[in-house]
Amino acid sequence: MSVHVLAPGLSSSIQDGGRHGFRHLGVASAGAMDAYSHAIANLLVGNPVHAPALEITMAGPRLRFDGAMRIALCGADIAARCDGRDLPGWRTIDLPAGSELTLGHCRRGARTCLAVAGGFAMSPLLGSSSTDLRGGFGGLAGRALAAGDMLAIANDPIAADAIRIAPWWIDPAPDLDFASPAIIRLLPGHDVTSPPDAVFAREWRVAAASNRQGLRLEGDAMQPADTHERISEPVAPGTVQLPPDGRPIVLLADAQTHGGYPRIGHAIVADRPRLAQLRPGDTLRFVPCTARQARRLHCEQQQRLARIALAIGARLHGGSRSP
Amino acid sequence: MPYTIETLGEDALLLRLGDAIDAGVNARVHALSQRIERVRPSWLRDLVPAYASLALFVDADAFDCTLDPLAEAGHWLQRQAFAGDDAGIVGRSVEIPVRYGGEHGPDLTALATHAGLGEDDVIARHCAVEYRVAMLGFSPGFPYLLGLDPLLAMPRLDTPRTRVPAGSVGIGGAQTGLYPQAGPGGWRIIGRTTLALFDPLRDPPALLAPGDRVRFIAA
Repeated sequence: MSVHVLAPGLSSSIQDGGRHGFRHLGVASAGAMDAYSHAIANLLVGNPVHAPALEITMAGPRLRFDGAMRIALCGADIAARCDGRDLPGWRTIDLPAGSELTLGHCRRGARTCLAVAGGFAMSPLLGSSSTDLRGGFGGLAGRALAAGDMLAIANDPIAADAIRIAPWWIDPAPDLDFASPAIIRLLPGHDVTSPPDAVFAREWRVAAASNRQGLRLEGDAMQPADTHERISEPVAPGTVQLPPDGRPIVLLADAQTHGGYPRIGHAIVADRPRLAQLRPGDTLRFVPCTARQARRLHCEQQQRLARIALAIGARLHGGSRSP
Repeated sequence: MPYTIETLGEDALLLRLGDAIDAGVNARVHALSQRIERVRPSWLRDLVPAYASLALFVDADAFDCTLDPLAEAGHWLQRQAFAGDDAGIVGRSVEIPVRYGGEHGPDLTALATHAGLGEDDVIARHCAVEYRVAMLGFSPGFPYLLGLDPLLAMPRLDTPRTRVPAGSVGIGGAQTGLYPQAGPGGWRIIGRTTLALFDPLRDPPALLAPGDRVRFIAA
């Protein structure tokens, strides 16, 4: 079974749970930017949460499925059409063989995850199927999709001769709410700004130059309290760097492994899905957070995900095989 | 050996042995990294050395929700014996053939002018030193090398190039290194090697490792 890429969209790449254990070689973790939506999309098609799926950015691809296929679209609210019908997000959907799926613009949010039952069959590199766009390896030839690509799917065809949309859906709130401004909680960093709470005192706007490596923010410039030059030290996804222009950068899934800019905070893991959904021009506000709160918020998010997994499992396997 | 431990977000610890680029401190970082690698606990996801620091990335989900993963990792780290004899890892000796100047090194002329040297003299000085790999970072397999002749130091380009070819040998301030992948870059490019610095299909994927001694050979 395979998926033919008729048009690639703005930047669509295969991502999974990320590449771990190679940061010492300068290899980024990559992986789904919005791991929460990625997990739910996979659950809705019966896959493990970290299975490789397609991450679509801002404007989606046009795809043709050669066999009948079960899919789910989670994350950004995207205009999706197949055979004249609008397809909703956060649901299990069966498509008959030969379906052409047209994904348009993201209407809210920046990234939609398309999961297919069985997952995309990739050859993992360095332990992951994620595309490392900067390193140019992993996923499909280390790059975003291009017209003419073919993606193999690790699954036997399902029985579906018409589009079937599950009557039930998953509500991603409160983990994903598309609120404006987005509220992002920060753990303290190594460096403080002058004045100390400058990062919390104002609203920040997402700059157009943002990508999977980092969210560049616009607003009144800040300065670090201590301006001496720093040597490169390890940085992590979530690290908030303050480069000399005084405008913070929130590092994301494709974060470089080392950096020499002051580190003024770290966005908590539970708020990364929200960061992944911010588009150029969107606004956000940082609020301070403690390590204990961050731990609790992460665990609560994982517990909600575990409950969602149970609910989906009961729906998919509890009665008839159709959604 | 004096050190500090701080948190790097909610799933990493940063152990700092110094705040300057120093070959002795860097050697201790790598010796400590190897020592931790040998007793690597299952929750340790990534162990990332830098010039004078070492990050431990923790799989927070390996810990029960009643526990604070970084507190647990910190306790574990402090129980490791930080003996003063953590020094002197033995790296390999690696020769890297480089074609200097021309299309391979578009900034060689500017660097020679900046240094007040002839181009041949720049090449000779760049090849005269045995460099030490201080760390890999920035991009897959990118080596930060210690030992550049101070006369060859030159500030980065004001505006980075949008594309530097793979294998380019650059000078950025007082550092020299090689670009494993084609991509944007702001270092002064003086030459290029055809060796693959990073190949995810190779084991190990990176040509160089911390502690390796590197010599450039004018090809």
